[in-house]
Amino acid sequence: MTGWDKFLDAFFNAKVMAKYLPDIVAGTLLTIELAILIVFSGILAGLLLALVRSLSIRPLNLLIIFVVDVLRSLPPLVIIVLLYFGLPSAGWSPSGFMSTWLSLSLVLMAFSEEIFWAGITSIHKGQWEAARSTGLGFGPTLINVILPQALRLTIAPLTNRTIAITKGTALGTVVALHEILGMASSAVSNSYNPSPLILGSAAYLILFIPVVIAARWIETKYSWKR
Amino acid sequence: MEEIVDSFFNADIAASAMPIVIDGLLNTILLSLMVVPLGFLSGLGLAVMAQSKSRAVRWPLMAWVDFFRAFPPLVLLVLLFAGLPFAGLELGGFTCVAVAFMLNNSAYYGEILRAGIDSVPRGQIEAARSTGLSGAQAMIYVVLPQAIRNVMPDLLSNTLEVVKLTSLGSVVAVPELLYQARQAQSASFSPTPIVMAAVIYFLILWPLVRLLSRLENRALAGRG
Repeated sequence: MTGWDKFLDAFFNAKVMAKYLPDIVAGTLLTIELAILIVFSGILAGLLLALVRSLSIRPLNLLIIFVVDVLRSLPPLVIIVLLYFGLPSAGWSPSGFMSTWLSLSLVLMAFSEEIFWAGITSIHKGQWEAARSTGLGFGPTLINVILPQALRLTIAPLTNRTIAITKGTALGTVVALHEILGMASSAVSNSYNPSPLILGSAAYLILFIPVVIAARWIETKYSWKR
Repeated sequence: MEEIVDSFFNADIAASAMPIVIDGLLNTILLSLMVVPLGFLSGLGLAVMAQSKSRAVRWPLMAWVDFFRAFPPLVLLVLLFAGLPFAGLELGGFTCVAVAFMLNNSAYYGEILRAGIDSVPRGQIEAARSTGLSGAQAMIYVVLPQAIRNVMPDLLSNTLEVVKLTSLGSVVAVPELLYQARQAQSASFSPTPIVMAAVIYFLILWPLVRLLSRLENRALAGRG
């Protein structure tokens, strides 16, 4: 065999790929499930926190700011490891799926709270005053006047952050989650051939390239005017 | 409650794990000092190249950036660490982290710096060129200082993410903070060392997070 054939045989081995394709597909489905859950719970929790923060209850706001700061300064992998290996000492053993979902949702919550809050504070004070003077209460003003404008500003940064965090589902391998990377890694050790990793990489690209291209489009459409 | 304190904040275990964890911290700092400048400089190179008028240059650059935005850094790292030996190339964990992060970060820093360069009005280049500066001089002395200032919050935010990402080194046995904490945890059967690592990350990165939060709010205040 020439060097090139050897290379193909190692990294693009059709037989190995065919054998482990079902595993990679199963891992991909798990990744999709996890990613959707994280995006949903993380952004929802972040929006709720930002709304609570807009009530301006001082002790509560300081607590929110502190929690958000902690979650922004810790590496997601550290949070995952802390939950998975630490919590059993406190009497609760979360699964790898649970640890990854909870950690990444918390991280996304923190980042999206910051983005939503920045969006809300960016709306001119006059808007609040005008809406309130027409007789709208605090709640209706926030929901019908401020949020629709604020959310428009948050779309671009939120999309970027969401992509970065959902890519973190790969971190689940560290806590024995059988998502794409986990499946691919164990297939590599079982077959002693790196082709499953190439297959796994392709799965990530198929999942995320369309999202990244969509994000580019969203960025130009909703970009902050400088 | 006492049990919780005893397992998560155990003073004895913390004291004996301290040297191991501090060792990890030093490696995390070393790793960051290596990957941040590498990523920044390669990103700068991409951003300057992206100013080219030729599509043959710009389109591959865009594909490069999108590729690495879509590809999880951990997968890239594992691919280098576990895949390359099959091609006869055995890089150590440290080198794998350096290469993976340089590739990944060139895309992120590159995209930020490109936006920064785009934010400097074209007239600045024309004015600089008309005073006799060469194209390269105009870029280095006139455009880049303004470009970098304009996107400073994004650059800092990405740098924060890069430093946090060095924790992935633990997966390929680089003895950085998280790896060392995990070692101490499995030796002591206590989560205290991981809590220590978390506290250290927080103490080191909190000032940067605070600064960023203020910069971001200020940047948005003028809009709306």
